[in-house]
Amino acid sequence: MTAREKILPVLTILAALLALWYAAAVFLNAPFERDTAARAGTTITFSEILPRTMAQARPVLPAPHQVLAELWDTTINKPVTSKRSLVYHAWITLSATLVGFGLGTLLGITLAVGTVHNRAMDRSLMPWIIASQTIPILAIAPMIIVVLNAIGISGLLPKALISTYLSFFPIAVGMVKGLRSPEQIQLDLMRTYNASSSQLFWKLRWPASMPYLFTSLKVAVAIALVGAIVGELPTGAVAGLGARLLAGSYYGQTVQIWSALFMAAGLAAVLVLIVGAAHSAVLRRMGARP
Amino acid sequence: MGTAFAMPQMIPDAASPSTRSVVSARDLGLTFKTDDGPVTALTGVNLDVRKGDFVSFIGPSGCGKTTFLRVIADLEKPTSGTITVNGTTPQDARKNRSYGYVFQAAALYPWRTIEENIALPLEIMGYGAADRQARIERTLALVNLSGFGKKFPWQLSGGMQQRASIARALAFDADLLLMDEPFGALDEIVRDHLNEQLLELWARTEKTICFVTHSIPEAVYLSTRIVVMSPRPGRITDVIESTLPRERPLDIRETPEFLEIASRVRDGLRAGHSYDE
Repeated sequence: MTAREKILPVLTILAALLALWYAAAVFLNAPFERDTAARAGTTITFSEILPRTMAQARPVLPAPHQVLAELWDTTINKPVTSKRSLVYHAWITLSATLVGFGLGTLLGITLAVGTVHNRAMDRSLMPWIIASQTIPILAIAPMIIVVLNAIGISGLLPKALISTYLSFFPIAVGMVKGLRSPEQIQLDLMRTYNASSSQLFWKLRWPASMPYLFTSLKVAVAIALVGAIVGELPTGAVAGLGARLLAGSYYGQTVQIWSALFMAAGLAAVLVLIVGAAHSAVLRRMGARP
Repeated sequence: MGTAFAMPQMIPDAASPSTRSVVSARDLGLTFKTDDGPVTALTGVNLDVRKGDFVSFIGPSGCGKTTFLRVIADLEKPTSGTITVNGTTPQDARKNRSYGYVFQAAALYPWRTIEENIALPLEIMGYGAADRQARIERTLALVNLSGFGKKFPWQLSGGMQQRASIARALAFDADLLLMDEPFGALDEIVRDHLNEQLLELWARTEKTICFVTHSIPEAVYLSTRIVVMSPRPGRITDVIESTLPRERPLDIRETPEFLEIASRVRDGLRAGHSYDE
């Protein structure tokens, strides 16, 4: 496949999405311009409305270039230490995401190892793990923040723990499957060598589970970010992408909301790409077919 | 050490097998419990495998030949009778790492190179790094895979993968080699070639080999003894001592002597089949 064949479909879709977005922006923002004109007692033509729908301060749906301009302004034009800098807010959220993701990975792997090696855990744990994910995170997030705050823990850790709460799940489920993926013949082989259970784990179960681990990590890192943002929403956090979203919606700053959303999406994409790169690097070292 | 008293104890048994027998089964039976009721996989099996023998187990599927091999390897527990391997229980024999097992599939770990796969039992058994390297090179040469050590399993053909798995079973010092239809999935030409190599390897290493197969020519070509088994319930119907010389070129399969042994094996298999269906 040539570069042109790869890029062309992507660009086509992108152009179609942009066209759709502009059309929607015009359609959604036009009533405000008509109302304004009507209140002023003037009539207004469509050719006059068109440019104004893309330049409102608080549009229903900001046009793409408005969001891009806001993104540019709040990332490049502001020092990263400024509270108006989106990079600053993104870093606040990212740090909670990474701590939560790290803890979630450890917790998920620990639970999976326990489930695979301990019959009692195998029988009793999985229903609880699944039940934990049926509780809406928006309902439990304020409880976590309030309870932890009451015992003197505040700041980054409560948000990180909400990330942990979400991200341990795919890792636990994926790793249980991964650690159980060796075939009977491979297990029999280890038995003929009279391998100890730690040898069985490190030389067979662990390497066999790697593809499952990385697939889970990709899902987990994205929802860890969601967890951190959700953790910022109900608590009146003053910094972070969640706080930006909340402040934007208080003051009807739709451009600010959309730019925070794009920042979050970009952040998630970068995180998933990094995990994906680690995935292929590890699999290549493990002799995967190119 | 080395006094007469420190000799391994004899098996206190009326039908005491020769001290040189590597595997000795007396009235061995194994019944699996399944959802459809008990299934008798083996019954009344009496057999001695002598040191240096090449014993083939042949029979239709369900005759218990693989099950018997797995009992020797302590991968299944017999439900009646007794069995000793190297004079001890199969469990102790397994714990002493006294056999190498070659499965139907190569079962190489895909994330390890061929070298690392051969190193696997050596790592587990605690061989030093220098010793490991020497053994890897020696066994790779033994199965004609020198120069392929750095390849990953998927880069090798099926026959080469199975040879690598034989090298893995030869890498540590086990005098007994248990092989469960190792060439069953390979085509005829590759199989002939590997059979020839296996005989050569057996002559060179002087191991005792138990070999499960369902190919009559393969069994006759390779074995010093052929154990014919039949299903429902799995049992031994005939044990044939081969009269062929140890030196066996491939075209020995055209000789009248070979064909005579083959026809006796075929008769044994047919007799086992006569009273079902």
